[in-house]
Amino acid sequence: MNTIYQMSFEVDKVNNKINVKREFNSSVEHVWAAWTRPELLDQWWAPKPYKARTKTMDFRVGGMWLYAMVGPDGQEIWCKANYLAIEDQKSFSGRDAFCDEHGVATDDFPGSTWNTSFKPLGEATLVEIEIDYKNLSDLEKIIQMGFKEGFTAALGNLDELLNA
Amino acid sequence: MRRDIFQAIADPSRRAIITLIAIQAMTPNALAEHFDISRQAVSKHIRILDECRLLKKEQLGREIYYHLDPQKMKEVADWIEPFRELWEVKFNQLDQVLQNLKKKK
Repeated sequence: MNTIYQMSFEVDKVNNKINVKREFNSSVEHVWAAWTRPELLDQWWAPKPYKARTKTMDFRVGGMWLYAMVGPDGQEIWCKANYLAIEDQKSFSGRDAFCDEHGVATDDFPGSTWNTSFKPLGEATLVEIEIDYKNLSDLEKIIQMGFKEGFTAALGNLDELLNA
Repeated sequence: MRRDIFQAIADPSRRAIITLIAIQAMTPNALAEHFDISRQAVSKHIRILDECRLLKKEQLGREIYYHLDPQKMKEVADWIEPFRELWEVKFNQLDQVLQNLKKKK
């Protein structure tokens, strides 16, 4: 069965928050696994043409996920997530930052704090992500930093593929 | 007070007003009929939207009609679009991963 789910994406500039909601046609158990197991995260976390590659992951409160976003040219952008709270199969929250390959945060780019929650909707699962930035201008910076270029380039590639 | 476009869209009533006048120009009274909140509250939202320079005003007889300035709205969309698309791509990839998990069972 192919269901097209609509994503809701809301920007609350006053509170510097972004709220993303999306339903998935799978059990909470599966969706939770896809968000919390490195071998599954690596398959989808990075937007094409980037690929996520986990170096280490310790999914516990106080633990860290250290991974690289690897670009098509092999360029690595190192990122980490520090887990702040986990409620099994329900929600987890943490803090994101750019870092080096040893997990040492770089100050030049701002991080965000987020909370991801999972709710069963019959057979499906509703995932809600709330992302807090210190300033939304931080987000502008992140977009400007390269994903925009990388991403727009990716879409360009896709156009080329489709037109070939 | 300096306002920007993001203050305009931060409030659900203002988003509703934007949606309404995006379809057709409306007077403040006509707008107020769509809301449970007081007329004063609606007027305040209209004023904020105006200060965000999202509105175009047109005087027809005694009535003022408000239009949406689509160029201003585009600023929001343009700014956030790459980030929104990023999540959309990731989620489509996640759909695939979940489908594979199901097959394995």
